[in-house]
Amino acid sequence: MAWEHFAHGADIGVRGIGRSRAEAFGEAAVALTAVLVDPRSVVAQSELPIRCSAPDDEMLLVDWLNAVVYAMATRHMLFCRYEVRLEDHALAASAWGEALDRARHRPAVEVKGATCTELAVRERSDGSWVAQCVVDV
Amino acid sequence: MDTARLIRVAECEWRLPQQGAMRVPGVIFADLPLLRAMDDKVSEQLANVASLPGIVQAAYAMPDAHWGYGFPIGGVAAFDPEQGGVVSAGGVGFDIACGVRTLLTGLRRSDLEPVKARLADVLAARIPAGVGSTGSLRLDASAMDAMLAGGARWAVAQGYGLPEDLARTEEGGCVAGADPAQVSPAAKRRQRDEMGTLGSGNHYLEVQHVAEVCDARIAAAYGLAVGDVVISLHCGSRGLGHQIGTEFLREMAIGAGAAGIVLPDRELACAPIRSAVGKRYLGAMRAAINCALANRQILTHVARAAVREVLPGARVALLYDVSHNTCKVEQHVVDGALRHLHVHRKGATRAFGPGHPELPVAFRALGQPVLIGGSMGTASYVLAGTRNGRDGAFRSACHGAGRAMSRNEAARRWHGRSVIDELAARGVEIRSPSSRGVAEEAPGAYKDVVAVVDVAERAGLACKVARLEPLVCVKG
Repeated sequence: MAWEHFAHGADIGVRGIGRSRAEAFGEAAVALTAVLVDPRSVVAQSELPIRCSAPDDEMLLVDWLNAVVYAMATRHMLFCRYEVRLEDHALAASAWGEALDRARHRPAVEVKGATCTELAVRERSDGSWVAQCVVDV
Repeated sequence: MDTARLIRVAECEWRLPQQGAMRVPGVIFADLPLLRAMDDKVSEQLANVASLPGIVQAAYAMPDAHWGYGFPIGGVAAFDPEQGGVVSAGGVGFDIACGVRTLLTGLRRSDLEPVKARLADVLAARIPAGVGSTGSLRLDASAMDAMLAGGARWAVAQGYGLPEDLARTEEGGCVAGADPAQVSPAAKRRQRDEMGTLGSGNHYLEVQHVAEVCDARIAAAYGLAVGDVVISLHCGSRGLGHQIGTEFLREMAIGAGAAGIVLPDRELACAPIRSAVGKRYLGAMRAAINCALANRQILTHVARAAVREVLPGARVALLYDVSHNTCKVEQHVVDGALRHLHVHRKGATRAFGPGHPELPVAFRALGQPVLIGGSMGTASYVLAGTRNGRDGAFRSACHGAGRAMSRNEAARRWHGRSVIDELAARGVEIRSPSSRGVAEEAPGAYKDVVAVVDVAERAGLACKVARLEPLVCVKG
């Protein structure tokens, strides 16, 4: 499992890589957290359930990341670990994290939303999965 | 950008001929260096925009155009509802009515210099900025709806600012047709803690000085002279606008097929202007415009108090407030006929020239101020709409320099502390809660704004009035 960022002219691409579609979704959300802060600086103190569904895999990834953006914005929380369960195009997840501490976490930039730009959810030839899109900051 | 597909039709104007699914040509305003520096995605996205139903005349890219979401940032396109035209949530973007507001202060640079650091501290303490910052204002459900319907007029009625501010704001501070009922509970919830906040990323409050006057007549009429101190704000509709953009982009992307629209890029999510979803989006999007206008009005009030705390003699008055991520209904003459068009500007500014009936009386003989933002160490500009302004681009101009490199690359190249120290040595006080945020927004990460405004003037989009240089920058 791994996450990374990729370049976009004005914003940032988030990419999750995992042994399954669900793991790739979880790692993409870690990459989302990393846009704001170093995920290693976030303590997994509390758990938040998140659910969403969409007509296809790609829109589900956008919905999932936007659900995390919404939770961060309205609950003033950061998340460091995600456990994602997928059934077709329905997602149920647990997000673990803690309240944002501006002095300690020193967040760089807020995410406005996940976009359909460079959006992809695909299985690679080695059987691993990639889930990615650009997020607007 | 590969220029092989483009035809140069004027010194700073390039045409992307109509081909494939394009219903109209594309037009890019740039000189050769700016054009070559643009991403190929700009022409690709321009061609996609040109394929949308009901587009009129051409899809335009301003001199600061860069790779955006569906539309290029720096994109302008108008759609006619009489011809099945669409409204695009992607074409307006997430930060609905993000814009720039510039305030005159009545101060001279010599007044400010002795207290500059203190003013920077007071502004940083008073202006909520950065991730997780919250405003002091909490709106209940009815007050939220009143704000969304009333915009800056609502804010002034609540005591945030002065009635004369409204005449110096686009739409008189309140866009008509806002429908708070079309704004979801989630969007209103996301705004609950964010009224009167600056945000993060490229949003800022800057104290600037007028470093150069380019048009003495217009500058004098705008109240700008070399050595004057002004304040500029760059921010938008905060979480409410982001959530509206998110929700309608999804709905329009999923529903496009059923509406008979072929989307070359899902990010171009759109719906017919006269469809139910199109009308709901327009109502919600206009409410978000009003949210942005109210937000900048509240921040103006806070900034005024901060300036007066440090410099009691200051008389802070609004020069103008312009939004650069919008869809607005405007009248334009196309092929000799007056038409009511839905003009999308994504990272582009209105540039109405002298005599335009929608301009405030103060600017009717001059043309409107076109406010071009910078980035901490770089210049900002005040331009003016011209009588001979390019009606072909629906009287629009650029909005800023545009990024030259990604945030990751900027964070690799610079460290926030060294950027702050370097700018301090140049006389610019930076205040920000985030070192990495400063590094990502380093002046070197942006294109040369001077080249962009030069081309905007040479292309006839707007004329240069004054160059502003930063003295204090509060970043999110």
